Amino acid sequence: MPPILRIADLHKRFGTLEVLRGISLEVDPGQVVALIGASGSGKTTLLRCVNALEDYQQGRIYIGEELVGYREVDGQRVRLSESRVSRQRAEVGMVFQSYNLFPHMTVLDNVTLGLVHVQRKARGDAERIALAWLERVGLAEKVRAYPFQLSGGQQQRVAIARAVAMQPKVMLFDEVTSALDPELIGEVLTVMQDLARSGQTMLVVSHEMIFVREVAHRVVFMDGGVIVEDGLPAEVLVHPRTERLRAFLSRFRGVFGSV
Amino acid sequence: MTGVWHQIALALPQLLRGLRTTLEISAVVLVAGSLVGFVVGLLLLYGGLVTRLAARAYVDTIRGIPVLVLIFACYFALPALGLSLSAWQAGVTALTVFAAAHIAEIVRGGIDSIPRAQSDAAKAVGLTFWQRLRLVILPQATRRMLPPWVNAAVEIVKGSSLLSLLGIVDLLLAMQNVVGYTFIVLPFYLLTAAVYFVVNFTVSQTAAMLERRFAYLKY
Repeated sequence: MPPILRIADLHKRFGTLEVLRGISLEVDPGQVVALIGASGSGKTTLLRCVNALEDYQQGRIYIGEELVGYREVDGQRVRLSESRVSRQRAEVGMVFQSYNLFPHMTVLDNVTLGLVHVQRKARGDAERIALAWLERVGLAEKVRAYPFQLSGGQQQRVAIARAVAMQPKVMLFDEVTSALDPELIGEVLTVMQDLARSGQTMLVVSHEMIFVREVAHRVVFMDGGVIVEDGLPAEVLVHPRTERLRAFLSRFRGVFGSV
Repeated sequence: MTGVWHQIALALPQLLRGLRTTLEISAVVLVAGSLVGFVVGLLLLYGGLVTRLAARAYVDTIRGIPVLVLIFACYFALPALGLSLSAWQAGVTALTVFAAAHIAEIVRGGIDSIPRAQSDAAKAVGLTFWQRLRLVILPQATRRMLPPWVNAAVEIVKGSSLLSLLGIVDLLLAMQNVVGYTFIVLPFYLLTAAVYFVVNFTVSQTAAMLERRFAYLKY
């Protein structure tokens, strides 16, 4: 099966600072890829590029067969129109560290927004889909609540429901448990594990090493804007080949004491 | 004292006609100024380089000019450019130009105060620019715009009294006319001040009520 996400030689600069320096990565359908690395290594920027939230200076990103954010005319890159880019973003789901629910909408409206206004579903159908997902993330009784009435863990589960309800080809998770109190992290990871088992293609930036080890099919270690190691969790996390990864993992020694 | 009350009663229809003119002018200016200000505010944020600079020049220039100068300019200077406006047209135009500049800045500030994360989340859902603005940004931003917008409305009601200088018989000039033939000064000035206060107090209280109504959406 061809890869569902293909990134080739991606370069991204903020002014003179080159954050991504030639990233190539292919993700197969149903694969769960964990991106690990120190902050500033470019993980978040990579996710944002995949969802066309950032432009990029060089390289290509394909979702399926489609080039993200640009089209090529006679070898020249041309930025796609706003509406085309929006349609591409609808094919990719994204969950943010700070949840970013829409505070003026109920939980249900947060989830139906894209279904109604992007996928043009009838409101009744959209609500059925949204309710099914909210039930699956354990929030069926909160559909009429507003985000501020929910805990961080609940808000993040709504954010996940909002993204997966659109049936995205790829789900992007950007340190989604980093802002949560420790006792709320588990409920969010459980939902993500459930998604991973259901065959959802996922690209997950996470510092939750136990989750990475148990759920990811593949671990990619980034440092300084390049991919340093890429392989099975059992190999990459347990037998790092590079000094950089060893140094990074040593910070999680407590976690791997049991490995 | 009975004489004063009698004179007030006699003058009341005249004063009410003046009040009606004041309210009409204020309403027209507020609606037109808000519409123009909204568009200019969007240009300040999302316009191309040229339109953005033009909008910025307009807002900064107008905000730096006393509104009375604008009013006189519209009434006395525009005819020199071949554009003759009636006192009412000139006055309403000047106040609208003035109000729009202030409201543009309110719109810009309100939208700008919504965290970029909201716009990112709306993009991630797949909404287009106008959908993001209409469904996600503006519903939140308008609540933040409301208090300064009410200030602008109150300034417009008060500023409309300047149009009496063009001979428009608003509440102020109606009162001055009454004073002119009754020679009762203080009671009529007090009465007029009270009426302006009641109008503006009602506006600001309505807004405060709306604000409380939406207070639960703070985050």
